Amino acid sequence: MQISTTQKFKNFLTSIKLGFFLAYRQVRGSSIGTTALIVFIMTLTFLNLVVVRGVLVGLIQSSTDLFREKYAGDIFISTLPKKTYIENSPSIVEIVKNMPWTDVYSVRYVESGTVEGTYKERIDFTEDANIANGVFTGIDPIKEQETTDIASMIIAGSMLTPEDTDSILLGANTLKKYLPIEAPGLLLLENVDVGSTVRIKVNGNLKEVTVKGIIKGKGAFDDRVVILDSVLRPLIARNDYNVDEIAIKIKDGVDPLVVKQALITSGVGENARVQTIEEALPKFLKDIQATFNLLGNAIGSIGLVVASITIFIVIYINAITRRKFIGILKGIGINSTAIEFSYILQSILYATMGVMFGLAILYGLLVPYIDANPINFPFSDGILVAEYSNTLMRAGLLLLATIFAGYIPARIVVKQNTLDAILGR
Amino acid sequence: MQTIIEVKNLVKSFKSGDSELVVLKGLDLSVPEGQFLSITGRSGSGKSTLLYQLGLLDNPNSGDIKIDDIDISKLDSDAKTRFRLNKLGYVFQDYALIPELTALENVLLPLLMQGESMSEAERKAKDSLIRIGLGDRMDNIPSKLSGGQQQRVSIARAIAHNPKIIFADEPTANLDTETSDQVLDAFIELHKQGQTIIMVTHEKEYSELTDRVVQLSDGKIISDIMNNRKK
Repeated sequence: MQISTTQKFKNFLTSIKLGFFLAYRQVRGSSIGTTALIVFIMTLTFLNLVVVRGVLVGLIQSSTDLFREKYAGDIFISTLPKKTYIENSPSIVEIVKNMPWTDVYSVRYVESGTVEGTYKERIDFTEDANIANGVFTGIDPIKEQETTDIASMIIAGSMLTPEDTDSILLGANTLKKYLPIEAPGLLLLENVDVGSTVRIKVNGNLKEVTVKGIIKGKGAFDDRVVILDSVLRPLIARNDYNVDEIAIKIKDGVDPLVVKQALITSGVGENARVQTIEEALPKFLKDIQATFNLLGNAIGSIGLVVASITIFIVIYINAITRRKFIGILKGIGINSTAIEFSYILQSILYATMGVMFGLAILYGLLVPYIDANPINFPFSDGILVAEYSNTLMRAGLLLLATIFAGYIPARIVVKQNTLDAILGR
Repeated sequence: MQTIIEVKNLVKSFKSGDSELVVLKGLDLSVPEGQFLSITGRSGSGKSTLLYQLGLLDNPNSGDIKIDDIDISKLDSDAKTRFRLNKLGYVFQDYALIPELTALENVLLPLLMQGESMSEAERKAKDSLIRIGLGDRMDNIPSKLSGGQQQRVSIARAIAHNPKIIFADEPTANLDTETSDQVLDAFIELHKQGQTIIMVTHEKEYSELTDRVVQLSDGKIISDIMNNRKK
């Protein structure tokens, strides 16, 4: 009764075919309500796998996007460590300007300083002054507007023009009105708003200016004091036109790494740090991104385990209540592979339907809705990140888990003694 | 006539706690091909247990069983399943049909497992159902059939793949007299066509319809009579 390998393979194919036959008939004969409930659970599990991680990653992704769009661009050139500015800046700016890949760019001077408000009304000099620390950022308003659309972040007042030599924009996080928190060492301006006269102190130099606008874009400018580069330059004695930052946006379809390499080859790397946006991201953002990814995967894994247990229980109960019929099938000569495969197919069907509904909800409803109405978190506008590759990988994982979860209980029941199963012993 | 089943010194016992209940006590039996044999005896005599050993649904503790010149004790579990599929057919007391499958689908299951194409399996299954008088009930699921009809579907399933032997375990126990007669008529018709049938029954009037009556008591054959006065 030994059979050849070819015959074994033929038997296997026959078993698979019969497994399809049995699975289809069993699903056809099952209750629509029960099937719908199982598919619903699988849909929720799939969404749990994708959406929780998607929201967590989306939180940071939107911060990253904001950092790119509203501050650093695709390539960010900054001062080398232990240097106070980018040496030989004019020639670097010239290289950037003449690169074929450059779309727009903005050159900035950066220097720390203080802003003092309501100093004219100050009577009691034993009390602390109304002062906030700020990072002064000198910009060319036209270039900055082209690069980061800075005007779109102004929530009160208006944007600086090249003629606004006695005006500044205040980041919302320098004002108590917009950041109503008390923290040790945190100095915030009180009773200062658009139109207020304030006194700035940079590099030991004082200047009286008017607040022309307030910036709040959940990005880097929220902490800054924005001033014209032509005004800041003499205050920080940067008459050599050496700057601190250059944000470059490159043309669509250009690989940032190619641009970075070109800049380094041009010698820019000797005087400045050249980074792609991913490299330039603040470390805390990278850390949170990694942590949220891990957290999303952990929560997703729990969802995967729950889905596996659900399928296990469903298939086990299904198989155990049909133990007698499984015994009969074995008794009349249907082999274990065909019977087990019929249960695996049912698991695959439940998982596939769950995934299909999940995908429809995800890409038909959730992603477009959250794209149109981002979740309003304090530090970013949360989006739902659901890349096709990642989503398909998770769908595959869910399918794999359910195949195992369907196979194991079927195997347990099919392995039981045939006669005991038939006789219900 | 060629012997199709040869049993020697067959022993089967069941463990019950510390004690062991010996149900079959060294049985010897030889069945020629084409015989319609009935196994009778009182409840607990071991007749169903014997049928399960012969039908490869259970494993004896000791003894030899040869079916169609093949030593069954040497077969592994998969080989036994294939053997049951290709050489044996079963009719159980409670019909043992798969509830979600139609009569036709129940019958074509073993044929599909044998590797037949769907169309060929359907053709054979239909032939089998027509042969047993259920040509007009093929698309009914078991719950839409009477007990007698269900048992006849079970017989159609048992004969569809032309088995060497049909094993029937109390096939009329759940049926009324009229339906039981129909089922027995079906067996007799099959037997006339040369089918070997081994049937367990406790009803004397049905055992009298068979070629040979083997009576068991306390796990032993107490009589083995050729039924020359077969009705």
